[in-house]
Amino acid sequence: MKRRQLLLAGAGLLAGCDRIVQTPQVRQMLAHTEDITRTVQRLVTAPGALAPEYTAADISPTFKGNGTIDPDDEDYQDLAAGQFKDWRLDIGGLVAHPAKLSLDDLRAMPSRTQITRHDCVEGWSCIGKWKGVPLGSLLQQVGLRQGAAYIVFHCADRLEQSLSAPKYYESIGLEDAFHPQTILGYEMNDQPLPVRHGAPLRLRVERQLGYKMAKYVMRIEVVNDFSHIGSGRGGYWEDLGYSWYAGI
Amino acid sequence: MAAIQPSAAGTAAGTRITIYRHSGVVRITHWISVLCMTMLLMSGLMIFNAHPALYWGNISDFDHPAFSIGAIRTPDGRSQGQMLLFGHRFDTTGVVGLTQGPDGQKLARAFPPWMTIPRYYSLADGRQWHFFFAWLFVLNGLFYLGYSLLTRHVRRDLIPSQRDLRHLPGSILEHARLRFPRGEAARRYNVLQRLAYLLVIFVLIPVIVLAGCAMSPRLDAGFPWLVNLFGGRQSARTMHFIVAWLLVAFVVVHVAMVMLSGPWNNLRSMITGRYVIETDREGT
Repeated sequence: MKRRQLLLAGAGLLAGCDRIVQTPQVRQMLAHTEDITRTVQRLVTAPGALAPEYTAADISPTFKGNGTIDPDDEDYQDLAAGQFKDWRLDIGGLVAHPAKLSLDDLRAMPSRTQITRHDCVEGWSCIGKWKGVPLGSLLQQVGLRQGAAYIVFHCADRLEQSLSAPKYYESIGLEDAFHPQTILGYEMNDQPLPVRHGAPLRLRVERQLGYKMAKYVMRIEVVNDFSHIGSGRGGYWEDLGYSWYAGI
Repeated sequence: MAAIQPSAAGTAAGTRITIYRHSGVVRITHWISVLCMTMLLMSGLMIFNAHPALYWGNISDFDHPAFSIGAIRTPDGRSQGQMLLFGHRFDTTGVVGLTQGPDGQKLARAFPPWMTIPRYYSLADGRQWHFFFAWLFVLNGLFYLGYSLLTRHVRRDLIPSQRDLRHLPGSILEHARLRFPRGEAARRYNVLQRLAYLLVIFVLIPVIVLAGCAMSPRLDAGFPWLVNLFGGRQSARTMHFIVAWLLVAFVVVHVAMVMLSGPWNNLRSMITGRYVIETDREGT
């Protein structure tokens, strides 16, 4: 009897906890924590501080492919079948000169190669070598217009198996967009970027967690705010409750 | 332990003196720490559940974790909770890895719902709770530390004297026999208490906070020494996990000592500040 009462009391307490967790005021308070973390982390680290870079000997023998590893989107499948010869990176929004760039166009631009550590929000880490176009130089080329504040990456993949499911997207602010290690990678470990890791092009934002680093990038949109995109929180995972700032 | 305002009452056996044992700041920061450590542990276990494996070094060698908790299917088709530690596999069905869910169904999850915040699986929510209480815990700790250094609480009450240290073997024996300081000796923290609190405040908590910071990619860019201090990001994560359980072990022993050495008196002293000591003779 006593044990049963104790168990019931315990269950009640735990159910109460879950109810507290889901109240809007508590959600609000937790959202403010994200702002504090972002603000403080930016205050104590230099804007241009580089993420640690490693040597070829440190590269992970197997780099985990996470999230989508083979988009089932038909248009994407066609592009992949043609070795992405018909793929074009569409850059638009608040830019002076909207552009459509092929893989060859991107490969002809100055590049950066870096061996960096990829930290997944789940907790694991892998080290890989990435080569790509610095996003900052690409943005300078197309020219940002007045009000540009966020760079949004629209992707080819859906994480849920339904046509009505939203496609993956992500967004970053200008500080990260113009950071020297922020690149649009088209090579991984000296090979063309494999489909598993986001072919033909993926974002590398080395001072944030893996979910910010959109794979299968099809379109880049420069915006003033992202509240009209998806559910308005700046990314596929953000719309599901993950924090927009993923520096922690 | 602040100045003593004794209110003595003589009894046949001796004298009961009420002393003012814990200052307001110590009491408040103590209970905020209790709340924070509970929430940090439970939300931390939720975060661990997202990838219930630990590694040494910078990267995850997925096939050879140093430690993991999971659910496997045995050759005869049964599912089983399994913990891997130092290359040995343990059947943990019913405890971790595979447990009975709230609906009575088998649930394959590293740490079961009763141990995590929130109870339902959500890495996103677990992280939010963890970071909120991490901030509160660190600010609370810094406030305690500043206060304790300024008021010489650390110097006076925590750092053991030469005499305390000479009494260390004796104190260990007394604790082993569950005989605790009484009378005048109970006015002060004993040497084992002092060493335990110093270890927690100046070693375990700083290490767990730094290991937590070392997991942040942004802080690793600003302070590359941070992740190197632990020998890699996965090592930092593993240390964070180990120290969390060392703190749990401390709390278990701490609460046991409270229970064994007068639960009500101890608890009251941490709530109202007042602590009763009994002396054999008056004027000692």
